[in-house]
Amino acid sequence: MSDQASAKVHKPGDEAVIKLTNVNKWYGKFHVLKDINLTIRKGERVVVCGPSGSGKSTMIRCVNRLEEHQAGSIVVNGTELTNDVKAIEAIRRDVGMVFQSFNLFPHLTVLENLILAPTWVKKVPRKEAIDTAMYYLGRVKIPDQAGKYPGQLSGGQQQRVAIARALCMKPDIMLFDEPTSALDPEMIKEVLDVMTELAQEGMTMVCVTHEMGFARSVADTVVFMADGSVVERNTPNELFNNPQEERTKKFLSQIIQHH
Amino acid sequence: MSTEYKPHPEDALSHVEEPATVYPVNPPTKSMDLLGWAKSNLFGSVPNTILTLLALFLLVKILPPIVDWAFISSVWSSATPDACRVDGVGACWAVVQNKYRFILFGLYPYEEQWRPVVSTLLYIVAVAVSCNPRFWSRRLLGLWAVVVIGSGILMWGGILGLPYVENEKWGGLPLTLMLSVLGIALAFPLGILAALGRRSSLPVIRSVSVVYIELVRGVPLISVLFMASVMIPLFLPEGVTINKLLRAFIGIVLFTGAYMAEAVRGGLQALPRGQYEAADALGLGYWQKTRLIILPQAIRLVIPPLVNQFISMFKDTSLVFIVGLFDLLNTVKTALTDPLWRPFYVEAYVFTALIYFLFCYFMARYSQYLERHLNTGVRR
Ligand SMILES: Nc1ncnc2c1ncn2[C@@H]1O[C@H](COP(=O)(O)OP(=O)(O)OP(=O)(O)O)[C@@H](O)[C@H]1O
Ligand SMILES: [Mg+2]
Repeated sequence: MSDQASAKVHKPGDEAVIKLTNVNKWYGKFHVLKDINLTIRKGERVVVCGPSGSGKSTMIRCVNRLEEHQAGSIVVNGTELTNDVKAIEAIRRDVGMVFQSFNLFPHLTVLENLILAPTWVKKVPRKEAIDTAMYYLGRVKIPDQAGKYPGQLSGGQQQRVAIARALCMKPDIMLFDEPTSALDPEMIKEVLDVMTELAQEGMTMVCVTHEMGFARSVADTVVFMADGSVVERNTPNELFNNPQEERTKKFLSQIIQHH
Repeated sequence: MSTEYKPHPEDALSHVEEPATVYPVNPPTKSMDLLGWAKSNLFGSVPNTILTLLALFLLVKILPPIVDWAFISSVWSSATPDACRVDGVGACWAVVQNKYRFILFGLYPYEEQWRPVVSTLLYIVAVAVSCNPRFWSRRLLGLWAVVVIGSGILMWGGILGLPYVENEKWGGLPLTLMLSVLGIALAFPLGILAALGRRSSLPVIRSVSVVYIELVRGVPLISVLFMASVMIPLFLPEGVTINKLLRAFIGIVLFTGAYMAEAVRGGLQALPRGQYEAADALGLGYWQKTRLIILPQAIRLVIPPLVNQFISMFKDTSLVFIVGLFDLLNTVKTALTDPLWRPFYVEAYVFTALIYFLFCYFMARYSQYLERHLNTGVRR
């Protein structure tokens, strides 16, 4: 992926790495995901937006099987998600996830958080895992915090550690579920900067966010969801300036009023 | 997990200068003189004053007689109870002087009692080492193997020129300690497994765990001990027997394990769901997730109820008397069947209570230390 270092040069490939076909999911009687069809290509940067409760989190959590879908198929990196635990664990090794609430392990130091999965899941030698961890801590600009516990860091720092933790597994795909929603305004930028850099290197990214500036400057594709369906999908320019669907227009006008 | 920002000395943000004059140079000091302290703490209000006076009154009424009974007018040493029968004499500690060997070691042959002493010391050393977080590593298992086998050889004997002592003769403090320490060592993992099983997604494992926990929790320890001593032999093939010490031990482990399971389950439930999800998302398998992420945090959360269980188990070992074992409490009772010393049962029981208290107090203090130690750095 390093041959695609510049954002301008980088173009997503043709190969589909995530393919959702007629995905349906219910919570009890409640139909959360309705016939979702979505293909994400290698290197594509997708921003998912939509009103609260529209099923954005549920959808991306289905991609690494944190949630189970009940109908349709989800294929990630060529493997279909079924009840096969080994296949699920293999997919999770290749798919990094960043949560709204960071979810760092509070009983471990930052460095231990970063090397845990590489050493235990991928059996990387400890020394090598530490080198990788320090490299990514540098990338997220907090190399000096390695020995601290998560509780001793600011929210923005914690979220950057969480991004580094996912990157230490050298994933092919990164999922972000509202990574900046729990942050104070002055820390949002430091996290978005890290994500922008990552995007410019050609990482395949699926990002649920309401940061429209980020979507405009970074995304190849914006997906608008409402009521459990994908309502519209387009380039950021088209979707923001020339929305086709009523629901999209309404949502965008609300967002603009807000900002 | 809290997302609130807490300034840390090394964070750039906390170096923002504060105007120096806003706060007084020193925090207001509380006046430290005794009168002032007493006035605000003991006589601050009318109910407070009444309680203080009442407490003082009781103290004056009760404390001097106790001190007098226990220390001043007491008989510390005497070969016969005659010295204690004199009028106005206080506590007769001579009963302890005369009976302590039986109280501490029960029926173990008198000349061989150095063996339980060494064995007990071995256990105490092993516990002391295990309590120190610095030594927490796999090598501890080796230490425990040595201690368990070593003390087994010492207690049973039959080799190395040590005369054989059957375990019907074991008793007193070594028996109580062994039952408790080994009981905790086995009941703890059993409790963890049962707690995990209860939350398992596999129906069979879940039902087995629920049945075990609820069944055991629904009956008193005495009946578990009875069942263990009556029922375990029924499940064994003909000709195989397990001695009653082992049966009682199994009963205690099963009993305590069920309670620990519930304590551990509390910790598992208190963990935020995000911790499970983050571990899953990183591709950790079930056992890796459980061992590295879930249990270390869950157990930390439930140290107080767990230690509570340890303490009550330590005391509950005294119930093994009903299957005929001579634990520390039963040896006192037996020692007091001596008609000469029977009138001084209070002193003998006070002595035994002190031993129990010593161990329980240690456990309580240790749990406080452990909580503090494990929480350094983990500010939530
Ligand atoms: N575990 C659950 N059980 C039942 N209903 C759920 C569960 N999780 C989510 N839901 C419901 O499913 C719907 C979609 O939830 P989801 O979290 O995917 O929305 P979202 O688009 O991410 O919203 P937000 O922007 O608020 O995060 C919501 O109506 C929510 O109440
Ligand atoms: Mg959401």
